[in-house]
Amino acid sequence: MSKTIKLKKGFDIKLVGKAEKQLGDFKSAKTFALKPTDFIGMQRPKVTVSEGDTVKAGTPILFDKAMETVQYVAPVSGEIVEIKRGDRRKLLEIKILADTNISYEAFDKFSEDALNSLSKEDAVVQMCKGGVWPQIIQRPFGIVANPEDSPKAIFISAFDSHPLAPDYGFLLEGEDKYFQAGLNVLSKLTSGKVHLNVDGNATIPGIFANAKGVELNKFSGPHPAGNIGVQIHHLDPINKGEIVWTVNPYGVVQIGKLFLEGKYDGSKKIAVTGSEAKNAVYANTYMGACVDSLVEGNIKQDHIRVVSGNVLTGERINRDGYVGYYHHQITLLPEGDQYEFLGWMKPTASKLSYHRALGLLSFLNPKKEFVLDTNTNGEERAFVQTGVFEDVTPMDILPVYLLKAIMAEDFDEMEELGIYEIVEEDLALCEFVDVSKHPVQEIVRKGIDLIQYS
Amino acid sequence: MKFLRDLLDKQKPLFQKGGKLENLYYLYEAGETFLFKPNHTAGIKGAQVKDAIDLKRMMITVVIAMIPCLLFGIYNTGHQHFLATGQTAGLWEDFGPKLLIGLELVLPIVIVSYAAGGLVEAVFAVVRKHPINEGFLVTGMLIPLVVPATLPLWQVALATVFAVVIAKEVFGGTGMNILNVAMTARAFLYFAYPAQISGDQVWTYLGDKAPVDGFSGATALAVAYNAGVEGENVTSALNTHNAAIGDSLYGFANLFIGWIPGSIGETSTLMALIGAAILIGTGVASWKIIVSGFGGAYLMGLVMNMFAVNEYMAMPAEYHWVIGGLAFGVVFMATDPVSAAQTELGKWIYGFLIGVLTVIIRVTNPAYPEGIMLAVLFMNVFAPLIDHYVVKANKNRRLQRATV
Repeated sequence: MSKTIKLKKGFDIKLVGKAEKQLGDFKSAKTFALKPTDFIGMQRPKVTVSEGDTVKAGTPILFDKAMETVQYVAPVSGEIVEIKRGDRRKLLEIKILADTNISYEAFDKFSEDALNSLSKEDAVVQMCKGGVWPQIIQRPFGIVANPEDSPKAIFISAFDSHPLAPDYGFLLEGEDKYFQAGLNVLSKLTSGKVHLNVDGNATIPGIFANAKGVELNKFSGPHPAGNIGVQIHHLDPINKGEIVWTVNPYGVVQIGKLFLEGKYDGSKKIAVTGSEAKNAVYANTYMGACVDSLVEGNIKQDHIRVVSGNVLTGERINRDGYVGYYHHQITLLPEGDQYEFLGWMKPTASKLSYHRALGLLSFLNPKKEFVLDTNTNGEERAFVQTGVFEDVTPMDILPVYLLKAIMAEDFDEMEELGIYEIVEEDLALCEFVDVSKHPVQEIVRKGIDLIQYS
Repeated sequence: MKFLRDLLDKQKPLFQKGGKLENLYYLYEAGETFLFKPNHTAGIKGAQVKDAIDLKRMMITVVIAMIPCLLFGIYNTGHQHFLATGQTAGLWEDFGPKLLIGLELVLPIVIVSYAAGGLVEAVFAVVRKHPINEGFLVTGMLIPLVVPATLPLWQVALATVFAVVIAKEVFGGTGMNILNVAMTARAFLYFAYPAQISGDQVWTYLGDKAPVDGFSGATALAVAYNAGVEGENVTSALNTHNAAIGDSLYGFANLFIGWIPGSIGETSTLMALIGAAILIGTGVASWKIIVSGFGGAYLMGLVMNMFAVNEYMAMPAEYHWVIGGLAFGVVFMATDPVSAAQTELGKWIYGFLIGVLTVIIRVTNPAYPEGIMLAVLFMNVFAPLIDHYVVKANKNRRLQRATV
């Protein structure tokens, strides 16, 4: 039974710099990187190549010793130019200097009919070998799924409601065939349903509207309506001991291509967004692209921050850093490291606030798009204000109590309050609206780690 | 403002780790962050932009909401003095002198309260190494508003120090306290120095002047209570109170507007409602607590009417809104987010019970003429229990789902 769910709670952070639905004229990136740090839950990453080796797109270059069957592969062909390590030899980046013409590792190729008769076991083997398995994320915990599990259902959110998020219809234009093939493969992996959740506020792109063999659910409302965790909570919530999997639509297409074309295709559109981007458009590139060619010459001023991902859940990267494995956008923001005289009491209509306290006037202009810098607008304090986190969390969860349980490392309390149902992004809005400026997402991950590894 | 910034930057190394005044860092920080919003930026991972609000802005909003009560209280202090001593009867006659007397009495109390509390905050910040909390901006203003203008200043200081230390700092500072700090200060005064904060003599400042013949300094609450004891109709007792110095001084309209003796800031229901409008409009205080607080008092008043075994119980329920400090307490004390219930359903229950308890204490308890203070403190203690059951219901929903 497909469902239509209207959410009221939440908050849309409207920002300047949404990417226009067209491809920009960017120089192609020279280097690409796989960052083990993108894979939360990777316990003992092990590189299988050395500097100077040449690889093809799809060549395994990394795996997790805790889950050895799952291969992490090169997104492009070329030469391994650097294996970057940080403190205590922590593996940070595996950099590849790309060939001009990408060559691909050959994997087994299936016709659409053959795909239908493929067994679950063979499908899993091919996915693990072919590098697409890390696209499957397990809930609870938000980590790369274990191929040996069988989830009670698989969930796909077909839209991103984050600030300045890319449009999936545009990202995946023309990939309908692969998307459907990917869905067919995924439906073998679960005895339950495959849920495809689309945006109830917008016209549904054909690639999703025509999808077969799935439950098509509509979600409408402000962000975080597009968050898979919120959707799961309303469709089929996760209880203790249960496992569900989630896949991004891009991952579904990648899976489809692996089976229909027999290759690991790391090509990907990236939205270049944010108030400081001269040209906010999409760029055609590959996974893990170096952002220098997207940033240089495309910024309005020099004092900026480059964010891989969106402003709520993203990660600061260098100007010559690399786009995260799961990210489809970069956001260019003004850096906010300046003092402001009496900034805590000055009336302001140019800074966005969910609140309406003295002098915060942004609520008068709900349609306005804002230019926000990275200033925290205040210092960390104890929890004082109540009721606000609940207002931006469209789930039957009490965020402050859950966060306090995590801070107190109270395991029973965390479980009872629903830690299995959330990952960082589900409470990212709380971090934005918090009067007391807590690192909410960091706290959430700490709680998940506590539960997962004990 | 550049010179200020330069000055601060120049002094900063003194207070930072390794500097000579390292121990006083949080004092420096308090000053610095008061003048300049800090240059902190969002961390590497997670939210890269943050809401424009911070705790300072939230707290100053509450202080602004109290200003109408404060200004009214200042003028009313002078007005009551002139009324009682028979100098003028008209409300706006002698505006200047009334204002001056009010300022003379009220400002020192405000200053002493901020100074004493601020000192305690500063000492704890330095010793316990935590930032100075903005919560005191509010507490420092609340305390003067809930004491009579005649209160000796040393008592103001002592009560403030007691409340900040015992009600807040021993629990770990702002955000950790169980009791409302300002109410604790008042309760301390009430039980330690009852002669200066209860009875009929303290609410009106007489100075060295003699009151006019037939003047009674009893508050509306006391008048209502006595009428109950003596079997007199409460509204007519209120209406004829102090007839020697004016007509219907305790009439409903006057009680509502607040031209009556009482603690400095709590006499005017109207001003409290203006404050409530600011707090609700800005979303800083919970409208649920305010609405349910007034609702609880009114419903309890109606219940009292049903049983009306004495005249006080028969007093029209809406009078409970305007006599005593209910309005001020519900708007400014009950809504303190730290000591109130923190769940949304809990807030309804918490506010409602504050209203109910206030009326019960007023009408049935011979020892305490006003109930709001004890009702708020009592419900502060019970708020975690209310929340406990609301949270438990949330957990149970999750548990039940698992077995289905």
